[in-house]
Amino acid sequence: MTLDSKVPSGPLADKWDRHRFDSKLVNPANRRKHTVIIVGTGLAGASAAASLGELGYNVLSFCIHDSPRRAHSIAAQGGINAAKNYQNDADSTWRLFYDTIKGGDYRAREANVYRLAQVSANIIDQCVAQGVPFAREYGGQLDNRSFGGAQVSRTFYARGQTGQQLLLGAYQSMMRQVAKGSVTMFTQREMLDVVLIDGKARGIICRNLVTGTLERHVADAVCLATGGYGTAYYLSTNAVNSNVTAAWRAHKRGAFFANPCFTQIHPTCIPVSGDDQSKLTLMSESLRNDGRVWVPKNTGDKRHPNDIPEADRDYYLERKYPSFGNLVPRDVASRNAKAMCDEGKGVGDSGLAVFLDFKEAIGRLGRDTVAGRYGNLFDMYRKITDEDPYKEPMRIYPAMHYAMGGLWVDYNLMSTIPGLHVLGEANFSDHGANRLGASALMQGLADGYFVIPYTLAHYIASTPVAKATTDHDAFKEAEHAVQARINRLLAGKGTKTPRALHRELGRLLWDEVGMSRNDAGLRRALRRIPELREEFWQNVAVPGDPNNLNKNLEYAGRVADYLEFAELLATDALHRTESCGGHFREESQTADGEAKRDDENFAYAAAWAWQGDGNAPELHKEPLVFENVKPSQRSYK
Amino acid sequence: MKVHLKVWRQSGPNVKGRLVDYTADQVSPDMSFLEMLDSVNETLIAKGDDPIAFDSDCREGICGTCGVMVDGRPHGPDSCTTVCQLHMRRYKDGDTIVIEPWHAKAFPLIKDLVVDRSAFDEIIQAGGYTSVNTGGAADANAILIPKTAADEAMDSAQCIGCGACVAVCKNAAAALFTSAKVTHLSLLPQGQMEAAARVVAMVDAMDTAGFGGCSNEGECEAVCPKGITLKNIATMNREYRKAMFANR
Ligand SMILES: Cc1cc2nc3c(=O)[nH]c(=O)nc-3n(C[C@H](O)[C@H](O)[C@H](O)COP(=O)(O)OP(=O)(O)OC[C@H]3O[C@@H](n4cnc5c(N)ncnc54)[C@H](O)[C@@H]3O)c2cc1C
Ligand code: FES
Repeated sequence: MTLDSKVPSGPLADKWDRHRFDSKLVNPANRRKHTVIIVGTGLAGASAAASLGELGYNVLSFCIHDSPRRAHSIAAQGGINAAKNYQNDADSTWRLFYDTIKGGDYRAREANVYRLAQVSANIIDQCVAQGVPFAREYGGQLDNRSFGGAQVSRTFYARGQTGQQLLLGAYQSMMRQVAKGSVTMFTQREMLDVVLIDGKARGIICRNLVTGTLERHVADAVCLATGGYGTAYYLSTNAVNSNVTAAWRAHKRGAFFANPCFTQIHPTCIPVSGDDQSKLTLMSESLRNDGRVWVPKNTGDKRHPNDIPEADRDYYLERKYPSFGNLVPRDVASRNAKAMCDEGKGVGDSGLAVFLDFKEAIGRLGRDTVAGRYGNLFDMYRKITDEDPYKEPMRIYPAMHYAMGGLWVDYNLMSTIPGLHVLGEANFSDHGANRLGASALMQGLADGYFVIPYTLAHYIASTPVAKATTDHDAFKEAEHAVQARINRLLAGKGTKTPRALHRELGRLLWDEVGMSRNDAGLRRALRRIPELREEFWQNVAVPGDPNNLNKNLEYAGRVADYLEFAELLATDALHRTESCGGHFREESQTADGEAKRDDENFAYAAAWAWQGDGNAPELHKEPLVFENVKPSQRSYK
Repeated sequence: MKVHLKVWRQSGPNVKGRLVDYTADQVSPDMSFLEMLDSVNETLIAKGDDPIAFDSDCREGICGTCGVMVDGRPHGPDSCTTVCQLHMRRYKDGDTIVIEPWHAKAFPLIKDLVVDRSAFDEIIQAGGYTSVNTGGAADANAILIPKTAADEAMDSAQCIGCGACVAVCKNAAAALFTSAKVTHLSLLPQGQMEAAARVVAMVDAMDTAGFGGCSNEGECEAVCPKGITLKNIATMNREYRKAMFANR
């Protein structure tokens, strides 16, 4: 199968306009006759459901939570980018496009990224109209900050709770459509399979998590907006119910999975404190705007940080990257923290942490200003660690945070299964090998508010689908397969908990497929993952009842999927022998230890096709063509 | 350290529940409260017993999924702290902790510590939005909003919809939750257009969903993990009176 990205021809800046004009439309009077399933109510899913509902489609919306407002997007702190140039600092659509494609280390599709930058401005307008209480200046205009190494201030924010406010805006718009009857909400449902009829996505099987009943839902098209797979690593900044299940089941039905090895490790998280830890807490990247990162110059210096004099400190980011300093991109900051700890300069009990110090900022700006900017983060840090960052430096360490990889989609956000569209973090589309801060919220809302309403209309208008009901054999077959798997899980009368097995998988991935990767380690992981999977099915404990709320059963199913997915993750990492973005292969580095890309051999998106249990996945390549920017080695020196 | 737990167990809405004793061994002070419950569940699961059902997701105090009564107080002893952010260093060796679900007519119990809070969605659905469709919004800076108004709106908009306010209220009223949304939108020009209809519809939805009436006890403010204040309820009442007056 050749992958057709469906990128329209013509100059970059005109592609989206032209494409919208060339797209077919669905007559307003006919829209309600078309049913669309949207799985997920994060920024991507909720904005899509609201927009398609407003247009008049019959939307069925699904989420695993008890309320759509609880999707993981709610936890985003720092902000959302948009090329508004409100600060008059020479920002533009082109600059946002350029920064994003460069930040992604030239592993994203030009046309998608340009479109993202184009619609970014509309997102802010839309959110303000909804009543999102973004931060303001005294004159009443919107405030911006610079974020994640950008040299312009283009990030809009609502205190440290930007994701919450954007999600509530989208959620409220969606609930308005629920009241109007154009969106029907199904909460506490977990999608466990996609149903294909005549090769097209026509429905889903989901489990009602309260009653345990399996349900069939039929539609003209299906959208997945089910988020990223960061919790494969067990410990991550993602919410504990985040999962790869929906995407993985779609993959097994024929949707290609692209660039799974492109994972983002966030440099500023609260370090791991013990074995019972269930998740890691992010300390917003914005802290690096004023905090200075350092370690003791001498290995084994166990003095209290406040007792270590300036002369004995190594502000290593400022030293190595004089022009970006503490604001280097995430992947660079994370790798350097690891390198310091590997050299034995790590701090704290575990030696797996570096300092993030606000002393200088408090001296320069005053405690009140620092509290105004970061007060809620400092409070959160204190609650978790019992230490006061106003008085001593924070300890931070990188943690798994975001999945750039995801289901492969074309320019229309359609996967390799006709009719199955993928939105938000669940797709692979816009961030290449590394995502810039404040651009996931932008992408989720771009996909939902401003892309899918047009591209889905085109699909519906141009693709006749046969009349089908949930009695179709394809539904029966899929439901049967889902039921069989649940039965198999419940038959597990072993002694190991899903959590123990998940933790083991997570540790393996973190060690071998984490911040830096090498051939031998990846091969070790690829040997170990099938053993763990075997152990799971031999020895997992899943007590309780299927016809009832059974969170351990849900969790066991997600872990089982991660145990399959992890193998693809490691396979992709092994095959990509270059370093790029978040994927650092030790074999491919420059003389001074920076990531070395290999454009000659790897300027493509790797899209993997499922070949059945026990068979190696098949690699398909979508070449990345750069007509407008010239790939250069990233340098932040 | 070791703590003793008395946990509400109830396998479904139509069966009788009761408090069951458990002991959490090897609790470290750095553990969060929910991680302590995880560890109890790990032991139960490994033995083949049904683990304690409780809800959580973000585990950093923002999604509003978690929420249980800890010794009779929603989210436990710390102010402005969700139970997922409560840490075991708050307790000492040998303590006994009673853990129960939210009790409120409008939040029917599903299992153990998990209740159904969809009534909150119904309140939002009744009017907790601005009626703008996607597309066609004016430039964001075309609407100027004084910083103080934006900041105050944000104070109200911070509500995480966890239900602690309802759980603590002797009337099981949802006034704090509803008023936070009413206030957020009434402080902004975008929300003015529909202000009257919104407050009336949301207050009606609150009654329809089975929440009790507010008698200004103020316990809700004391237990709100996000510090939503009673001022919001006063604003809602004022908006409501305004709407009623305009409709006469
Ligand atoms: C702590 C943190 C801070 C962040 N801060 C920022 C930031 O400042 N700026 C920024 O741009 N990005 C940030 N990000 C990234 C950003 O928040 C996410 O990438 C983005 O919100 C993902 O949105 P989404 O809509 O794709 O998915 P999600 O919000 O993850 O939503 C997934 C939805 O799918 C549902 N779902 C999942 N599986 C199933 C299933 N099997 N069946 C049914 N439903 C299912 C869930 O219920 C949920 O509704 C942050 C991420 C984290 C973890
Ligand atoms: S789990 Fe999200 S607020 Fe507690």
